[in-house]
Amino acid sequence: MLQIIWLLFTREWRLAWRRPGQLLNPLVFFAIVISLFPLAVGPEPGMLRTMAPGVIWVAALLATLLSLDGLFRSDYEDGSLEQWVLSPHPLALMVLVKVLHHWMVCGLALVVLSPLFGLMLSLPAKVLPVLGMSLLLGTPVLSLLGAVGAALTVGLKSGGVLLALLILPLYIPVLILGTGAVEAAVQGMPVTGYALWLGCLAVLSLSLAPVAIAAGLRIGVSE
Amino acid sequence: MKSQPIDIRHLACERDQRELFENLSIQLAPGDVLQVAGPNGSGKTSLLRILAGLLPAAAGDVCYDGASVFSGTGRDTWRNNRLYIGHAPAVKGALTAEENLSWLCALSQPVSREQIWQALQMVGLRGFEDVPCDHLSAGQQRRVALARLYLEAHPVWILDEPFTAIDRSGVAALEAHVLAHAARGGIVVLTTHHSLEHLAGLRCLDLGQVA
Repeated sequence: MLQIIWLLFTREWRLAWRRPGQLLNPLVFFAIVISLFPLAVGPEPGMLRTMAPGVIWVAALLATLLSLDGLFRSDYEDGSLEQWVLSPHPLALMVLVKVLHHWMVCGLALVVLSPLFGLMLSLPAKVLPVLGMSLLLGTPVLSLLGAVGAALTVGLKSGGVLLALLILPLYIPVLILGTGAVEAAVQGMPVTGYALWLGCLAVLSLSLAPVAIAAGLRIGVSE
Repeated sequence: MKSQPIDIRHLACERDQRELFENLSIQLAPGDVLQVAGPNGSGKTSLLRILAGLLPAAAGDVCYDGASVFSGTGRDTWRNNRLYIGHAPAVKGALTAEENLSWLCALSQPVSREQIWQALQMVGLRGFEDVPCDHLSAGQQRRVALARLYLEAHPVWILDEPFTAIDRSGVAALEAHVLAHAARGGIVVLTTHHSLEHLAGLRCLDLGQVA
């Protein structure tokens, strides 16, 4: 069991590194959105600081959503997914590894870059750990919930808009809690409540989403 | 490696509210090679996908060793005993032939590097082990997928159009391999538009006449 997880992980790494463009797409999108904002609304620090939590979180959410559309599509089109479904190994475990890998190259990179962009939007330095923490707990939820939508739309030629419609309502609690945590930190209020709620969502989606993703993929493959 | 008998009972298949075939019954004994024939759209691929467990059957049952392959322990046994190679070869363009095979085999049972190299030699891809499959021709990519037939020890093979894009000598080698598998007591179910006269003891199921 551990061996299959390890082999899948190395396979995903190889696939990602040999297509570096796809790897960088969400990060570049994230960077562009955030660096355009100060140019568009003006460099006044007070205003940027009020907007920063929302801007960073919306950019992270859209970057994740963009990268998710193709998560299972190439595996679906070349028949790999059929072989996954047919394998005696549990499909839910394999998709969990795949989604976590996706999160590591997309979500985790956003978390690592977030302090830099926080500073660009003139967030005070003491808020940056909270920003990183909220993204660290929130982006796995975005990846896992989005993967459910990606699995359900895998058989469609262009599932992009449908995916957004399906998934955005589920993203809204994460968005509210994530920005709420950062805003509370900016105002010097406690953030524990937000962090616990985000952690709650992360645990919930980690344990339930793989089952839903696997079920979605089984339906997609049997079409 | 010896297969148990397969019993297909009153199987029916519906796609988009259209009945492709119904009341299909056939028994396969160890050593059988079954060619599923029929015109385009008669349900050849659907039948193979139902057998593999990818597509739910509208009615009927498939039993392997007396247990239904659609549920319970029968399904688990079936998963470990059948090898399905579909129309899409499941070969990743960005990965090399060796990486592709090592992952595809690991999905059922891991194989060593030497075994993979040997299998690639058997399908005529010696020297292409480290080439990304993007750089291989369609026929060579199909051969990479078919190298699994030399690697995995499943008694039942379900092959959808295995000869597509393969040259004449490759087809002959593959036919010999299919025969050898049957002679060892395995069961092979395949669809193809090639005529398979060389295959002794070939059974044929014409879906065009069943429907």
